Amino acid sequence: MVTLVGILDLARFQFAMTTIFHFFFVPMSIGLGVVVSVMETLYVIKKDVMYKKMAQFWGKIFLLSFAVGVVTGLIQEFQFGMNWSAYSRYVGDIFGSLLAIEALVAFFAESTFIGLWSFTWDRFKPGIHVLFIWITTIGSAISSLWILAANSFMQNPVGYAIDNHMGRAQLVSFSALLKNKQLWVQFPHVLVGTLITAGFLVAGMSAFKLLNLKKNDSQILFFRKSINIALIIGMIGIAGALVTGDRHAFDLQSMQPMKYAAMEGVDETIKSSDRKDKAQPWSAISVTNPDTHKVIAKIEIPYVLSILGHHSLTGGDTVGTTELEKQFQKKYGKTHGDIKNYYVPENTLFYAFRVMAVGAGGLLMLAIVALWMNRKKSQLILTQRWFLWILGIAIYVPFALNTAGWLVTELGRYPWVVYGLMPISDAVSPNVSAASLLISNIIYFLTFAAIGGVMIWLARRALHAGPYAEEEAQSSQSDPYSHLSEGSEA
Amino acid sequence: MSTLEIVWFVLIGILWAGFFFLEGFDFGIGMQFVLNARDQKDREALYQAIGPNWDANEVWLVSAGASMFAAFPFWYASLFSGFYLMLFVVLLALIYRGVSFEFREQMPTIQGTQLWERLIALTSFLVPFFLGMIFTAMVSGTPIDAQGNLSAGFFDYVTPFTLVGGVAVSLMSYVHGLNYTRLRIEGPLRQRALTQLKYLYPVLLAGEALFAVLLFFYTDFIQTKTVLMLILLVTLVLTTIIGWVLAVQKRQEIIPFILSGLALIEVVVLLFSGLFPRVMVANNPLHTLNIVTASSSAYTLKVMTIVVMIALPVTLVYQIWSFWVFRKRIVSHKVVE
Repeated sequence: MVTLVGILDLARFQFAMTTIFHFFFVPMSIGLGVVVSVMETLYVIKKDVMYKKMAQFWGKIFLLSFAVGVVTGLIQEFQFGMNWSAYSRYVGDIFGSLLAIEALVAFFAESTFIGLWSFTWDRFKPGIHVLFIWITTIGSAISSLWILAANSFMQNPVGYAIDNHMGRAQLVSFSALLKNKQLWVQFPHVLVGTLITAGFLVAGMSAFKLLNLKKNDSQILFFRKSINIALIIGMIGIAGALVTGDRHAFDLQSMQPMKYAAMEGVDETIKSSDRKDKAQPWSAISVTNPDTHKVIAKIEIPYVLSILGHHSLTGGDTVGTTELEKQFQKKYGKTHGDIKNYYVPENTLFYAFRVMAVGAGGLLMLAIVALWMNRKKSQLILTQRWFLWILGIAIYVPFALNTAGWLVTELGRYPWVVYGLMPISDAVSPNVSAASLLISNIIYFLTFAAIGGVMIWLARRALHAGPYAEEEAQSSQSDPYSHLSEGSEA
Repeated sequence: MSTLEIVWFVLIGILWAGFFFLEGFDFGIGMQFVLNARDQKDREALYQAIGPNWDANEVWLVSAGASMFAAFPFWYASLFSGFYLMLFVVLLALIYRGVSFEFREQMPTIQGTQLWERLIALTSFLVPFFLGMIFTAMVSGTPIDAQGNLSAGFFDYVTPFTLVGGVAVSLMSYVHGLNYTRLRIEGPLRQRALTQLKYLYPVLLAGEALFAVLLFFYTDFIQTKTVLMLILLVTLVLTTIIGWVLAVQKRQEIIPFILSGLALIEVVVLLFSGLFPRVMVANNPLHTLNIVTASSSAYTLKVMTIVVMIALPVTLVYQIWSFWVFRKRIVSHKVVE
């Protein structure tokens, strides 16, 4: 069994599994940090205790996601050395320093201040206490800046020189890493994605709760207000995602043309001058044969790719995957002769890209309708139960969009681990056995299933108990620790 | 050998030392969830004592690992891939431990809470144990090839020396955690901690003596750096003896706590100064990695030095402030039943 799949496949599978799982919780916790910060800020400004309750209640979900995000992040910090030692030697000079700066500059701050925030509700004035959650949130956003600077280097290497003596890439300009064009589309795109994730999570959980509340329950106002705050944040996120996503795809034409061609399902180069309408058609649906890399079926809409790819109604050319393959063979053939071809998984990229676009558009409409139905003088959102169901199920959509985004980004880099510099096959640890990788893959999978399951279950329980659960428990029992002493053995 | 290479070797030692001092008592508190606590109030008090700070303490580990990646990528690559399975266990334990603190808090039933608390105790033992094993295995000579790839077999990591190393680091963390309990918690836990310390200090001393003997047989430290190693070993033993006397005889709290942390730091100092200027000891001396062959470029080290010179002092200021905020003793069993 072990010999059927090589260490490269197992290491790639492990990277995909651990990063995808990690990235369920990263946008969730950064975004929830923003939502909770906004809620607590509203409490400080309006002095309405309901906003404090909101920050505390959604803060519980935030703490859960933060905990899972941190521990799954530990794997990322270690697995480059464990599974990708050749890669670590090759780019440690650049990539390692960015990871270290993340820990020293950002991770320390978030971890310290999240502790201060969650333990000092009674000890500091609200105006001071709110700063702790803001520092935590900003710290986690800055964390992602450094991590994405590292990823951007893999996508679009800059600021380096090859040292043949050590056989590696060496840093020559630190500021170039931070000015990387890729970083400044990727980082904003990820940040707005966190707002979408948390916005629809809070709105969706509130919707599920509203479904279960009786008429005139005092919690209705709490959850309706939560929906408004969350969806406004979510809408800002979607608007930002559309702008940055457009920019991102636009830039790919020069930085990673193969990725772009696959995302748009273009196998043969399209020259606008050769076409009757002088414009680039856009494929709404496209199927590529994964063996021949030829598009075998597609539905085209005229003009759209000129608009998307060239920001004009007509004109522009799109270089297809067939021509790019020839170019790359010529360009890299001498230095990387062992690379068989430069094609990327076309269908996955094509549909992942469309999932993002369609998903974002759908969420935007959902948010607009929800905010309108939830306006102050209307009870519409409470009577239209089917709509609350849709809003609830929409919780899962941003997670799918985040994953789709990373699939495009990472699979579209194939066959490179560092674009144009190092092929994935050269990056893996040669000294780690397939058995070790297989065992760790299985145990990681089971662990993720377990802690992901417990997390969702605890979040649902917290929602079921509601924001006033602790006060109710305290008023009915004089001893706040009494629920703990049931099982005491003393 | 450049100044910056030496600076970064020392800095990585400092980060590991900081980690063992700070998270050492977190591990010790974690083990007490089973080994010292008798009821839920005890366990709640233990959690309160480290709850606000444990996460930031763990960042010292992340910083140490990432700094090895940044400053000595060849060290990071050889060590982390070479000790794959042991590091995997460390990671798993850190994962379960990290979520357990959060999950126990939010569990609806007492049985559920206790499940995660048992996991905290187990993982709090496993992490220092396996880190102790990795460090002792790292200094005792391993099969590294010319490319720097370490293919360690079972008997490279499991030797009497590494087992004693693992137990020693766990035990030192536990003693450090008991001293932290004495410092931070009011109530029955505190009294029982003293009783346990009475028995554990002699065990620890015996362990340190055994460690010194095995150090002679499994490494070249004592043979090549005799005076320095003897001074460090004697200091370690003296630190423990003074801690023992002050904690058990004089019933002091602050100084024994500092001393048990200092002992952990001294172990890091001992291993790092024994290693220097090497970072990975190969069975074939030609393949041994040192701070020159494992190092990043001078430019990267310069950039990283500037970053760390700004970031680390600032970090220390707010971390110390955070400890100051939570300086008040936790009182368990205060609530009248």
